[in-house]
Amino acid sequence: MTSVIPAVGKPRPMRLPTFGDHTLANGLRVLVARRPGIPRFEARLVLPVAHGGAGEGPRLRVFTETLLSGTPTRTSREIAEDLQALGGGLGSSADAEQLVLGGSCLSVHRRAFLELAGEVVRDASFPADEVAIERERVVQEIALLRSQPGVVAGDALVRRLYGTHAYGQGTPDPEAVASVRPAALRALHDGRVRPGHAVMVIVGDVDVSRTIEDVEAAFGQWQAGGAFRELGRPKVATPSSLLLVDRPGAVQSNIRIGGRALPRSDPEYAALALAVTVFGGYFTSRLNDNIREQKGYTYGAHSRVEHRKAMAQLTVAADVGRDVTAASLVEVTYELGRMVSLPVEQAELDAARRYLQGTMAMGVQTQAGLASFIATLVSAGLGVEYLRDYPAALEKVTVDDVLDVSRRFLAPHALTTVVVGDASAVGPALRALGEVERGT
Amino acid sequence: MPRRLPRPKLAIERFTLPNGLRVVLNPDRSAPVVGIAVYYDVGFRSEPEGRTGFAHLFEHLMFQGSHHLDKGEADRLIEGNGGNMNGSTHPDFTVYISQLPSTALELGLFLEADRMRGVRLTDETLRNQIDVVKEEINVNVNNRPYGGFPWIDLPPIMFTTFNNAHNGYGSFVDLEAATVRDASDFFDRYYAPGNAVLAVAGDVEMGAVRALIERHFGEIPARPVPAPPNLHEPLPKEERRGQKVDELAPMPATAVGYRVPDPIAEPDEFLAVVVLSEVLAGGEASRLYQRLVKEERLAADVGAAVGSFGDPYEMRDPTSLQVLMWHPGATADEILAVIDEEVERLVEDLEGGEVERVVTGMVSGHLRHLDNVLQRAMEIGMVEQQRGRAELVNELPGLLAEVTPGAVADAADRWLRKTGRAVLEVLPGSAA
Repeated sequence: MTSVIPAVGKPRPMRLPTFGDHTLANGLRVLVARRPGIPRFEARLVLPVAHGGAGEGPRLRVFTETLLSGTPTRTSREIAEDLQALGGGLGSSADAEQLVLGGSCLSVHRRAFLELAGEVVRDASFPADEVAIERERVVQEIALLRSQPGVVAGDALVRRLYGTHAYGQGTPDPEAVASVRPAALRALHDGRVRPGHAVMVIVGDVDVSRTIEDVEAAFGQWQAGGAFRELGRPKVATPSSLLLVDRPGAVQSNIRIGGRALPRSDPEYAALALAVTVFGGYFTSRLNDNIREQKGYTYGAHSRVEHRKAMAQLTVAADVGRDVTAASLVEVTYELGRMVSLPVEQAELDAARRYLQGTMAMGVQTQAGLASFIATLVSAGLGVEYLRDYPAALEKVTVDDVLDVSRRFLAPHALTTVVVGDASAVGPALRALGEVERGT
Repeated sequence: MPRRLPRPKLAIERFTLPNGLRVVLNPDRSAPVVGIAVYYDVGFRSEPEGRTGFAHLFEHLMFQGSHHLDKGEADRLIEGNGGNMNGSTHPDFTVYISQLPSTALELGLFLEADRMRGVRLTDETLRNQIDVVKEEINVNVNNRPYGGFPWIDLPPIMFTTFNNAHNGYGSFVDLEAATVRDASDFFDRYYAPGNAVLAVAGDVEMGAVRALIERHFGEIPARPVPAPPNLHEPLPKEERRGQKVDELAPMPATAVGYRVPDPIAEPDEFLAVVVLSEVLAGGEASRLYQRLVKEERLAADVGAAVGSFGDPYEMRDPTSLQVLMWHPGATADEILAVIDEEVERLVEDLEGGEVERVVTGMVSGHLRHLDNVLQRAMEIGMVEQQRGRAELVNELPGLLAEVTPGAVADAADRWLRKTGRAVLEVLPGSAA
């Protein structure tokens, strides 16, 4: 009997975007691609700010909240109103290694938007009253974050994996946040918000060469220099015991499992990405199918690779019913064990391959998606050609490659497990499965 | 004088199949991807008493096998061909979405047609998805701070009828009581082709996509289309207040719900309210943000929205303008007094420049939304279903530009008053 299910042809190849690539005299690299469709554009400015010193997390957290709170010529309110009048938006975020200033705007206001962004980057003044307001808000936000079990679990996992390394810091300490002074923010700004290793990516309905000229006009006066230290590669702990964080009365348990992974630049990354996808990277993955669609233990289980400069991390996450916490962990371990002991089916590999190829192509269809992805690639030392090379690398991966890479990265003994849940309810069964350490 | 603002120029085509299925298309060949959205005119405001959460539970069952396909097969086909699919249940509709490489267009249409033709319902899949939905509710409501704030907890204060007031996620008791027979009846009643709109956007050729839609959906038999639920209820004549203790919340929060004009019957008045919402509390440049967060430091954050799910145009009457605040530094009454003052001030002093700035931001946000092929399918499908006018997606910037400061001030004067509003206070557990 012939199938009623329509056949699917090979996807139409994505046209590689062409980026104008120009480096200003002060070192700022500018990449611009024309992507019309809607009369807007997206901008991402990525700059390395790694320092690794004490108090860095809280300081950066307040810094990103106050970067847009004033310059010598605009108050925070004027910045917000001016952006709105341009049909624009601007915001910043930071991790332990880099600061990203991201925004977007109507194309007709390109020049004014870039002038505003340049002014902020050069001349942010961190007014004391604004710093006081935002510091207090960050403290309140941290209280909110710490009341979320997923955040508690994520913090516990990175602490257990990385210890005192900057990657192990998690949500900043509210007392340290409360003590961040404007002078420290200005020093960070003066010392490290510098164009030397920065990249500006702009994608949208813009003329490429005129946009590069406008960036030059707006950012050319940004003084060169600045120093950052690459973070050292963290040593990853692999304790044999499970860490159980008590959350009395919790109706669910948050399981988080982590370990090291490979960066995108590694020749074996494509094989690892496919292994992680087959295991838990999409809805029809083995793990989600098992504990959601077969057993109903969870709303969803996921695994993914999180990319950072000094080291990539593998994370497995599932929020499961309290009474099936140990049972869920048994299934997670079973699925990990299957990945390292038997080759995946060819059909599973092909499905995961097409999924990664297809979703990458979809992700870069929008101005925002393309700008963010290119900014990520460039700051990782890769280029636009990755959009072509990665699908090709995925194409070559075999079931043996997946087994090989799974044995190195998905082996249960190489991974660290944290559970946040009601310890009195979930502890006995977890202890029956293996060594359990209580902690925070 | 209308301002010059960029406008979207989506190509829009529509036709209706003999079985009543309405189709709206936005061909755009700039990227080799397509978005498909199927809107069924049934949401949680359609649920009968004793079956809270059923519309959402049923949405889950729509992924558990269909006429030709076993459980899990549709997801496997979509993801295994480079796409994504999902579903979502809202007050007034349930939508099924997928985003695919354009060479998988026919597959995507086949899958939607296959489940419009019929779902496979077994006790096993029903029990499995009841468990999954309970864990979904645990993740999103029971095990987190401000779970259900305010979409679950404000409606029972603002409204009195079951349809408008009840919890759309459902009670565990009602979910447990669901049967295969209920599901089968629900499908027969609400999932008729004439009760749905199919929207397709992206890399399609008009003639070809029409032929595919006719081939896959054309033979699904027509069924009676249910009458829409009667959602009407009069404007309250008093302020209604309610409280909830949230053991996980670190600070007090308040939601204020104001009834608003009928989005469809009074479109101009409604649009003035949408602009008003942004003037009042749409982002950092807004009046309430500046006053409560920056000047007086009473609130950690403030926001506003029209409708329960963030999109003003997705709900029928009755809907609301909701102002949300998290305020460690003040009581709810202190915050409410500031809102009343700001409403009064806005009625008196709103001028053209401020409205122009706010509308520019709104138009820019609308355009940004339309950059994604699936969002385009969703936008045109949604307005086509409730208004028969997908073109509104193109017209919205022009309509917003015509909203005058006087209209916004009048809307504030008429709708944002103490009488008739609903106030939900969330108290942190430590305050109990």
